[in-house]
Amino acid sequence: MPDLIAKTPLAGRAALTLAGVTLAEADPGQITSVAPFKGQDKALAKALKALGLAFPAPNQVSSKGDVRLVWTGRDQAFLVGTPPQGLAGLAALTDQSDGWAALWLDGPGAGDVLARLYPLDLRPAAFPVGQVARAPLNHMSSILMRPGPHSFEMLVFRSMARTAWHEAEAAMRALAARAAPG
Amino acid sequence: MRIPCPLCGPRDRREFYYYGAEDYLNRPAPDAPPEAWDNYLHLRDNPAGITRDLWYHETGCASWLLITRNTVTHEIRDVVLVADRTVPKPAPRQRAAT
Repeated sequence: MPDLIAKTPLAGRAALTLAGVTLAEADPGQITSVAPFKGQDKALAKALKALGLAFPAPNQVSSKGDVRLVWTGRDQAFLVGTPPQGLAGLAALTDQSDGWAALWLDGPGAGDVLARLYPLDLRPAAFPVGQVARAPLNHMSSILMRPGPHSFEMLVFRSMARTAWHEAEAAMRALAARAAPG
Repeated sequence: MRIPCPLCGPRDRREFYYYGAEDYLNRPAPDAPPEAWDNYLHLRDNPAGITRDLWYHETGCASWLLITRNTVTHEIRDVVLVADRTVPKPAPRQRAAT
């Protein structure tokens, strides 16, 4: 078996900082889609408890350390950062690790950048820390998370990674131009 | 127009895909008379007022929604998941006599 070199969706593109906002690619680790089987809710809750997690309510994330269970749709969540130990037989498990690209946006103006890309109210009162939304990044399906008051994580389909970066960069450049003196 | 998705909350109309009238949920039995199939496939009301139709939350939670709305005022009266709607039990299918 030849030793293949694994590449991230953006192949290690350098982070970009403009007007105090940083755009960077992240490696979320293993991603598994978890869709509970009918009638297995209790057994699944027990198995998740062993991982320190609970099945999330809509738009919520359950997390323990670096491991997260992110709500992604009706009766579906993504387990991020760990293999799905002990969940076999309780939920439909699908490995999604190579299907997604993760982008981070950090900085005080991160919310303003995303306001140009998402048709959502991203003010802290409407989209608090720890929340997740299935929402379009311009025309791309995406999963938007808010790990901190000024940081956001976006998951987009791997095939859209460079487009997503382009869109985010264009919004950052526009905001940076507005912020520039003169 | 904004549609309050039961799962995601109020979202912009561009996140949704319009499928058509609620009639698509009421599929006739396989042995129903041709008139019932003609009605199901082709005949639609075009009401000025309250209508019920199917929408897909395409770039959101990917759920099918049954929406009651007013075509005159654009008021959205009610939104339920198609999966959660209360349905009258379908008549048991009749097996062809062997």
